[in-house]
Amino acid sequence: MSFQPVKFYQTGTFTVGNRLLAPEERSVQASGKRFNSINSGHRACQGCGEALGARYAIDAAMEATQGQLICANATGCLEVFSTPYPETSWQIPWIHSLFGNTAAVATGVAAALKIKQKKNPRAQEIRVIAQGGDGGTTDIGFGCLSGMFERNDDVLYICYDNGGYMNTGVQRSSATPPAARTATTMAVGPEPGNVFGQGKFVPAIAMAHEIPYVATATVADLRDLEAKVRRAMEFRGARYIHILVPCPLGWGTYSSETIKMARLAKETGIFPVFEAEHGEIKSALAIRRQLPVEDYLKPQKRYAHLFGKQPNVAVIAKLQALADRNIRKYKLLEGV
Amino acid sequence: MLKQCEGSHAVAEAVALCRPEVICAYPISPQTHIVEGLGEMVKDETLQDCEFINVESEFAAMSVAIGSSAAGARTYTATASQGLLFMAEAVFNASGLGLPIVMTVANRAIGAPINIWNDHSDSLSMRDCGWLQLFAETNQEALDLHIQAFKLAEEISLPVMVCMDGFILTHAYERVDVPTQAQVDAFLPPYEPRQVLDPAEPVSIGAMVGPEAFMEVRYLAHARQVQALERIPQLAAEFKEIFGRDSGGLIRPYRCEDADTIVIAMGSVLGTLKDTVDEMREAGHKIGVLGIISFRPFPLVAVAAALKYCKRFVVLEKSLAVGIGGIVATNVRMAVTGMGLKGYTVIAGLGGRAITMKSLTAMLDKAGRDELELVTFLDLDWKAVNKQIEREKTHRKTGPVAEALLRDAGIVGARNY
Repeated sequence: MSFQPVKFYQTGTFTVGNRLLAPEERSVQASGKRFNSINSGHRACQGCGEALGARYAIDAAMEATQGQLICANATGCLEVFSTPYPETSWQIPWIHSLFGNTAAVATGVAAALKIKQKKNPRAQEIRVIAQGGDGGTTDIGFGCLSGMFERNDDVLYICYDNGGYMNTGVQRSSATPPAARTATTMAVGPEPGNVFGQGKFVPAIAMAHEIPYVATATVADLRDLEAKVRRAMEFRGARYIHILVPCPLGWGTYSSETIKMARLAKETGIFPVFEAEHGEIKSALAIRRQLPVEDYLKPQKRYAHLFGKQPNVAVIAKLQALADRNIRKYKLLEGV
Repeated sequence: MLKQCEGSHAVAEAVALCRPEVICAYPISPQTHIVEGLGEMVKDETLQDCEFINVESEFAAMSVAIGSSAAGARTYTATASQGLLFMAEAVFNASGLGLPIVMTVANRAIGAPINIWNDHSDSLSMRDCGWLQLFAETNQEALDLHIQAFKLAEEISLPVMVCMDGFILTHAYERVDVPTQAQVDAFLPPYEPRQVLDPAEPVSIGAMVGPEAFMEVRYLAHARQVQALERIPQLAAEFKEIFGRDSGGLIRPYRCEDADTIVIAMGSVLGTLKDTVDEMREAGHKIGVLGIISFRPFPLVAVAAALKYCKRFVVLEKSLAVGIGGIVATNVRMAVTGMGLKGYTVIAGLGGRAITMKSLTAMLDKAGRDELELVTFLDLDWKAVNKQIEREKTHRKTGPVAEALLRDAGIVGARNY
């Protein structure tokens, strides 16, 4: 019999949940002092990327502001699964108004806080976060979002992008990637799934507003996500973080593979992870081992129509070209 | 202090005296001068401790107002017409959340066809949105109602619309008595919210409510408006004590004591009606005017009491419920249910059509003889209307209605059919 040494998995690693590290090296989430801003007991699906992303993001913001935080939330999965009265998962002051106005509501909260601070300068300062899914951000809430950016209001807006309207049953949004099947871009007809040449990448549009800070992140690199939220809170004015959050329901993936899917999105170049300040790219998270887009597409039922008896190589090549373009554009192989 | 100034300016001064903390501004005629005035006051620091935010739409204006009010700031905005419709979703949301925002609506018609002039279609289209709606008769009353509105809104935790006729009031230069800061401070205490976003006491505001409590939540909104029916006259009395003049209240009867006929209306047209009634009284007609100041909550009991001894009422309204007739009239009819009164609806002044004493006298004379149609369109050009109806019977492709009517009238030089 061979001898197998016993190894504590977390020893010596910077795994996000490692509680054996020195306190200053632990992630916010691994710390016993984490805020649990969005507490357990909510109704998110198993493996929900958005719940994970929100937990890390808001707790990191709470740490950065010593708990002095107010959050405005768009209608959507995050709002629904975290509440219905009389229950609430939110341990922070939280307001839901409408689907399309979250950035504006946050602007209003920030304006009120600014005046309160002016009238009572000795009070502890309170900061504001707005958050929503991709539908609430890139589509219906886009006007208010652009207005908040353009005025440089002191709000951090976080978009949890799962590529569609998952709360209403997986319909296409302007963040749905090409070829993906949704309930309104069915996998039927000569060009099944979402069409090419549509959609928008809001981080780039946020950069075009030249706001102080824009970043993308995924739930695969949670330390990176925490660091970006922390960095965002160092700035004043409008800030934007766009987090890729896989949705097992909408994507047709195993609940256990949410983080894997997010990692594949990053490692294939499908989703570029970077940060920008005042409209200029400052850093990009390098791809560690470049993978073909098939590795990302194949496990997802929303792309199943590309992998029948005869894989649709033409469409897969087009998706590969999009990933390659991201890699070139954001220098994802070398990193910045 | 007495001042000769534009209605919008008077309102801007009144709002500033109320010490608002957040003002959201988006331009739309005929409201724009109000927020321009406030913007200047914030920028030159005559209005201090106030954030003035140039938003990107009316929807954003109301949404910013929702955020700031929920964070405990006294919040104001103004709009009109299309702007009010564009913010509609947030308008309902603000009242549902119980946020005491005050908003001026400079009443203006709603398109299409686009029209910038005055009628009451905009705020009356929002009659069920849960906001209180107070209608000003004069610029002085518009000024005064804003001061009362903040107090009322904050006491009952509901938003209030102060409605004033676009252009007729907003752009009219009149003498107004602008109160002192001390007077307003004595009347209006600082805002103490019932619920506020505060890290010291975190609450979740605006979460989902299911069938188990939704009805009760909605009923309580209704109950609070009903409660306001008592509070509004009290506020008018408190206002009089400090400011020394009658402004506000639920209704305002004029020469109704022994009247057989009572004309009911809202807003600036009450002035024209009073002059008309004075003339008709001299000619021996027993006629009076009932102004409705509070359209929401609607003063059912007060209106019924005011109409108790008359024989007939005429509701003159600057709004049209397409497919039935009047909006205000429907509300008045509810008030007089079972009283056996003859009631007439007169739609007038749509899209800024002038309401003249001559037309009013002729119409009221007819009403006094009970010869008026149940629904009358004052000064409607029947010839033009009938011609278009005929044309639509014989031609399929008749084009834009408004253009055809104007072409017939010869106002736009173009070929005739």
